[in-house]
Amino acid sequence: MQHSQFPYWFYPLGDAAITIDYGNRIDEQLNREVTAGFMQLQQKALPFIKEIVPAYSSLTVHFDMAAVHKLSGGIQAAEWVKGELEKVLNQSFFSDESLSALVRIPVCYEKEFATDLQRVAIAKKLSVEEVIQIHTSATYRVYMLGFLPGFAYMGTTDERIAVPRKPQPVNISAGSVGIAGRQTGIYPLASPGGWQIIGKTPLHLFNAAAATPVFLKAGDNVQFYSITKKEFDQLSHGI
Amino acid sequence: MSVSIIKAGVLDTIQDLGRYGHQHLGINPSGAMDKYSMQVANALVGNKPGEAVIEMHFPASVFLFSKPATIAVAGGDFSASINSDPVPHLHPLIVCKNDVLQFHKPVSGARAYLAVAGGFALTPWLNSYSTHLKAGVGGFQGRALRKNDELFFRKEFNHTIKKNGYTVLPWQADTGFGDTQKEINVLQGTEWNRLTTGSKENFTMTSFVITQQSDRMGYRLNNIPMPVMTNEELISTAVSFGTVQLLPDGKLIILMADHQTTGGYPRVAYVISAHHSRLAQLQPGDKIRFRFTSQLKAEELFMKQQQHLLQLQNACKFRLEEYFHEAGS
Repeated sequence: MQHSQFPYWFYPLGDAAITIDYGNRIDEQLNREVTAGFMQLQQKALPFIKEIVPAYSSLTVHFDMAAVHKLSGGIQAAEWVKGELEKVLNQSFFSDESLSALVRIPVCYEKEFATDLQRVAIAKKLSVEEVIQIHTSATYRVYMLGFLPGFAYMGTTDERIAVPRKPQPVNISAGSVGIAGRQTGIYPLASPGGWQIIGKTPLHLFNAAAATPVFLKAGDNVQFYSITKKEFDQLSHGI
Repeated sequence: MSVSIIKAGVLDTIQDLGRYGHQHLGINPSGAMDKYSMQVANALVGNKPGEAVIEMHFPASVFLFSKPATIAVAGGDFSASINSDPVPHLHPLIVCKNDVLQFHKPVSGARAYLAVAGGFALTPWLNSYSTHLKAGVGGFQGRALRKNDELFFRKEFNHTIKKNGYTVLPWQADTGFGDTQKEINVLQGTEWNRLTTGSKENFTMTSFVITQQSDRMGYRLNNIPMPVMTNEELISTAVSFGTVQLLPDGKLIILMADHQTTGGYPRVAYVISAHHSRLAQLQPGDKIRFRFTSQLKAEELFMKQQQHLLQLQNACKFRLEEYFHEAGS
């Protein structure tokens, strides 16, 4: 059991949501605390909470204002919700990530799927093979999901292959694997985007028909491994 | 019992109050742009407030009913007709077999809501009927309605019909959304202090036009680019409907129903919940003014709206029961 290790403060996200803010940084220990807080709040299943959104270093609670008014005895809804959240966060909680998985994701880094791989290699003065080798030798943490259903923000990309995102977004196909600075991610759906695309996975990170529509979750650990175009096609048809 | 689309509208989708509980997976809630008017439409036909409806933009679809049904239109007034006879806005209507509902001109507002008593027979996705257009799921086959689509109703109309032909029931919801009210109340944004003094003044003193690059995801405004005092990158964090972001080019965007769950752009203001409805009824070309208000006022206004809706729901239920009882059914 542990108490909160990091200081936090609250700020309103409009009149019907409150964000618990731990700072403006990407930090693995900090993110573990956010994930633990998220699971803690989810378990409590407080009836006036509509939604809990964990991010890198924040946790946002969207509440049902009408439901809160029935419970708050005249106290301003936002104030009352803040009080209830403080009660939960001040309790000891178990930072348990035993439920998080180690996921190995196949990626084809061949030219037809890796529109920006060459550019990244040149920019970082590496060979394409070296970029792939560096990308596949790390274990990445899923920090949060956002932007699109199933889009996992993963870190931390090795400094040697970290390239900033493009100034203008382009159309990106589903399954594309990208880098944006120290983050790596996969586009679950076709979308405009600015991440540097270095490969493609045949896996469906988002599948509406599945019992669990989203493949990854915050706290998961991810490793990428390289596959050939042939293997890519086989896996695509098998799924 | 069903309604068919004889001619498709520009963007008609099934929506409800939104799909909550999954934003931690990046699944944004979708839902009706104007949830207040959606609930008014449902009240008029005696539905529970969150029942799925058809959200229409203008030009809207042309609808053909296969069997009698109690229906209502709320939100934007697109000048409805049944079999080419004009029918008044915000009344419950009883349509008969083969009646055609269509809309002739956008008199006011940007989104209209068509509710059918008993709701539609659709399969929910993650407990909601809202259409998630980006993911292509939810609502009716995850997309906007097209010609020849047929939407089935969950309930039969089993009242005795008083007369041949459609009926306009003789009461009207007293809450339309009224004149397009262009003053939008906001709370200060988390990154408000990144704006220069000049930008802050500009924000509060200027009328902004909603540009053509506006849709269910967000409204882009035509403001003069607003400089900031710092370019410190913001790590991605949650955003909400009504969040006003400052984009890298200095322009403002108001996030709407199909907004992404998280973002990394500075948030300069938040539109209060009670004004989401009037915001949703604006369209490209409309001008808006932002006015700062307090959390206290924001809550008061919202609760007042909720109370009004509750009163409307009760009044409508009573009138409908009375009407059908008198009809001997």
